[in-house]
Amino acid sequence: MLRHGIVTSIIIGVLWAMVVATTVAVVFSFTTGDSARPALVGCLVFGLIAGLVTLFVSGRLLVFSILLVLAFVSMYLGLSPVQLAQNASHGQIIATGLLLGLAMAFPLEYMLRQVTPVALTRHIFEESVIRFLLGFGYVFFTAIVLVPFYVMVMTSLKSQQVLLKNPLDFSIDFSRGTAVFNSYIELFSQFNFGQYLWNSFYISVLTVFITLLFSVPGAYAVARLNFRGRAAFSRSILLIYMVPLIVLALPIYIVFSITGLRNTIPGLILIYPVTTIPVALYMLQGYFRGLPEEVEEAGLMDGLTRLKVIWQITLPLALPAIVSVSLYIFMIAWNEFLLAFMLLDDPSKFTLTRGVSMLNTSEIPRQHLMAGSVIATIPIMALFLGLERFMTRGLTAGSVKG
Amino acid sequence: MTSEMSTTLSQNPQPEPDHSVKQPSLPPKGRGALAKREARLAWGLLLPTIAMVSLVIILPLLAIFWISVKPVGLADLRPVAPVVKESLRKKGDDYRIEYRVRNSSQSKSIENVSFSDTIPALVTLSEVPSPCSVSGDKLSCDFGTMEAGFSERLRIPVVINTDEDTAESVVEGSLPLVVGRGDSVLTNSEFTADNFKRIFDSKEFASVLWATVFYTVVGTIGALVVGLFAALLLNRSFKGQGILRGLYLFPYVSPIIAVAFTWVTLFDPFSGSFNALLLQMGVSSEPINFFGQKPQALIMVTVFEIWRYFPLSFLFILARMQSIDTDMYEAADMDGASPFQKFWYLSVPQLLGILSVLFLLRFIWTFNKFDDIFLLTGGNAGTRTLTVNVYEQAFAISNIGAGAAVAVVIFAVLLTFSVLFLKYVSREEGL
Repeated sequence: MLRHGIVTSIIIGVLWAMVVATTVAVVFSFTTGDSARPALVGCLVFGLIAGLVTLFVSGRLLVFSILLVLAFVSMYLGLSPVQLAQNASHGQIIATGLLLGLAMAFPLEYMLRQVTPVALTRHIFEESVIRFLLGFGYVFFTAIVLVPFYVMVMTSLKSQQVLLKNPLDFSIDFSRGTAVFNSYIELFSQFNFGQYLWNSFYISVLTVFITLLFSVPGAYAVARLNFRGRAAFSRSILLIYMVPLIVLALPIYIVFSITGLRNTIPGLILIYPVTTIPVALYMLQGYFRGLPEEVEEAGLMDGLTRLKVIWQITLPLALPAIVSVSLYIFMIAWNEFLLAFMLLDDPSKFTLTRGVSMLNTSEIPRQHLMAGSVIATIPIMALFLGLERFMTRGLTAGSVKG
Repeated sequence: MTSEMSTTLSQNPQPEPDHSVKQPSLPPKGRGALAKREARLAWGLLLPTIAMVSLVIILPLLAIFWISVKPVGLADLRPVAPVVKESLRKKGDDYRIEYRVRNSSQSKSIENVSFSDTIPALVTLSEVPSPCSVSGDKLSCDFGTMEAGFSERLRIPVVINTDEDTAESVVEGSLPLVVGRGDSVLTNSEFTADNFKRIFDSKEFASVLWATVFYTVVGTIGALVVGLFAALLLNRSFKGQGILRGLYLFPYVSPIIAVAFTWVTLFDPFSGSFNALLLQMGVSSEPINFFGQKPQALIMVTVFEIWRYFPLSFLFILARMQSIDTDMYEAADMDGASPFQKFWYLSVPQLLGILSVLFLLRFIWTFNKFDDIFLLTGGNAGTRTLTVNVYEQAFAISNIGAGAAVAVVIFAVLLTFSVLFLKYVSREEGL
C-alpha cells in the first residue's frame, strides 16, 4: 500500500511541501521582517498536487511551469503553503511564489525519478525515501549552521531600537550610509578592539612557536627512538590530554595570584603552550610514524647525526603536517576563553575573546556584542577557508579534544 | 629506528669492543652503546616537554588535592602581612609623623611584628609613644603579636628644621622596614574534611550530578548521531560538496564566545529572533525563556553542545566512510540489497569501531566541558554541571577549598573513564 507509486508520490510531495514551506517562511521572515507562516492545509493540497504532477507529467520544464502557475494561483487564492501578511506587496508575493515553485519542482522531480504509478519494488521505494531524506538533510543542516552566523552578522549592523521593535527584521537600512558599521567603529575607537586584535594575534603566534619548539623534538623521540618507558610515555600524553582545563585553572589562578603573573600577558603566554603541547605531541607523533623510516636510515648511513637527520630530512618531509598542527594550535589559542577570562582583569591587556566577554553586560547594546563576535570569528574563518585542506587534516588528527 | 637496526650497527667494533669480540658468531646481548646513546638522545629531546608539562599539569593536580583538604577562601590568597604607611601631618602649627599600622587580614593574627624607620636629620622627634624607641636616627617599634583586623595610628610630634614640602618629601621618602609574616592557610598544617562534606551534603549535589549525566550522555550521543547523518549527506560526490563540508565545520571552528553569545541573542525571550519566529508562526503563544527556565535550559545547552560538536563526529565518520571498500557495495547490489539494508548490514558494522572510539573520547570531553555552559547560562536554571560547579564554588562563593574538592571528584571520575578508554584504544589501534 505504502509502496504504491501514487501513495509514495503523494506522501513525499506533502512532506517536501512542508519542508519547503517552512524554509521559505523562515527565509522570508529573516530577510524582510514581515510576517510569513507555513500553512498546513496549503501544504497538504499543494504537496498532493505537486506529487501527482511530478509522477504523471514528464519533462522537467513542463513540471516546473505547472507548479509555478499553481504556486501563484494558490498565493492569490490565499490557499498557499506559505501565508503572507494581508498587506504583502506584489513583489513579495511573486518572489515567494517563484521560490515555492522552484524549490518544489526540481527536488521533487529528482526524488521521484524512478517512481511509476504502479506497485514499487523495495529498491525504488527506499531510494526515493533516501532522496527525500537527503533533500531534507541538506536544508536542515545548512539552516542550523547558517542561521546563527546570519543572525550574528546582521544583528551587528542594526541599532538597538530597531532590533527591539521587530527582532525578525534583518533587512539593512543602507540609507544610513556608513552608520551601518557604527558598532564596529565604536568597538575600535572606544573599546580598544584594535589592541585586543593585536594581543590575540601575537599571543596565538607565540603560542604556536613555543608549542612547536617543545613538541617537535618530543614527538620525534616518542615516534622514532627506542628508550625504556616509551609506551608509558605515549599513553601518559593521552591521559594528560584528558585533564579538564578548569581543574588546572584553579591552582594556576592561585599560583599566578601569589607570584604576580596574573593579569600579565607573559603569564598567559607561559600557560597557553602547556595546554597545547600535549595535543601537538599527540598529533605530531602520529605524523612522524607515518613517514618512511628508510629515508632517515639512509641519512644515518651517510653519516648524518640524529639531530641533523631530524633537521634536514624529517622536518621538510613533515612540513605539511606541521602546518596543519600550527593552524590547529593557532585556532585553540585564538579561541581560548577560560584562562583569559580568569587571569586577565586589566582592560588594556585583554585578548579578543576576553574583550568580547566584557561586552556582555546590559549597559552595552547587543549589536556591540555581536560586532565583537564577528571580529573574533572573521580571522579564524578566513584562515579556515583559505587553508581548508590543512585545517581539516589538523582537525581530524587532533581534534579529539574539544 | 628499529631495534634490529641498532643492534646491527652496534656490531661494528669501532665504538667500543663488546661480546662480539669473544663470540663473533652470536649477536650482542643487552643494550649496545648505540642503543644507550639513542635512549639518551630521546630523553634529551623529551626533557623540556616533561619539565614544562609536569610543572604546569602534574604540580597543579597535586595542588588541587592539597587545597581540597584545606579551608581556603578567595580572600586567603592575599598574603597576611602587616602594612605600615607613613605620612607627615600638620595640625595648627604643630607637625607630626603619622604611622598607620594595620593587619591586612581580618581573620588571622601575625606574630613578632615590628618595624623600623630612619628619621631624617632635618626632623627632630620630641616624645615617642609606647611600643617605640629611638636609638641614633633609627626609630623602631615592636608590636609583638598583632591581632586580626588590628589597625592603629601612631602619632609622633616632631619639629621640622626646614620648609614643609622638603620635610614631607624626606619623611615620606624613607620607607619603614616592616618585619613579621602571617601564617598562610595554604602552607600550614591545618586540614579539614569540610570541603568534601559540603559538596556531598548539599541538596544541590544531586541536581549537579543529574545535569552532568544528562548533558554528557545526551550531548555525546546526540553529536554522534547528528554527525553520522551529516556524514551520510556528504558521502557522495556532487558539485559543491567541498563547500558544504567546509560550511558544516563552522560551528566547531569559530570561537566559543562568539557562537555562545549568538545563541543567547537568538533565543532571548524579549529581543530574540527565534522567539519572534515562533510567535509569528503560531507555534507558541508567548515567548519562551530558553536559557532561563528549568527544563528548557538544560535541554538547550545540550542542543548547543550537539550543534557545536557534530562537525567533529562527522569529520571522523566521513573519513572512515570514504575508506570503506566499494566492492562490498557492488556485491550487495548484485545480490539485490536495498539501500537501507546496505546501510544497516554493511556500513554500520564498518563504522562501529570509529563510533565507539569517538563515543569514549567525546564522552570524556563533554564531561570536561566548561566554557559552553558557563557562557550560555552561567550554570543557572539547573544547568550546573560538575565543571561549572568548580567555578561556582571557588569564585562565586569564594570558597577555593570547596572548588578544589569538586575538582578532585571530577578527576576521580575521569581516571575511571581513562582506564576504560586506554583499554579500548589499544584494541582499536588508536585513531
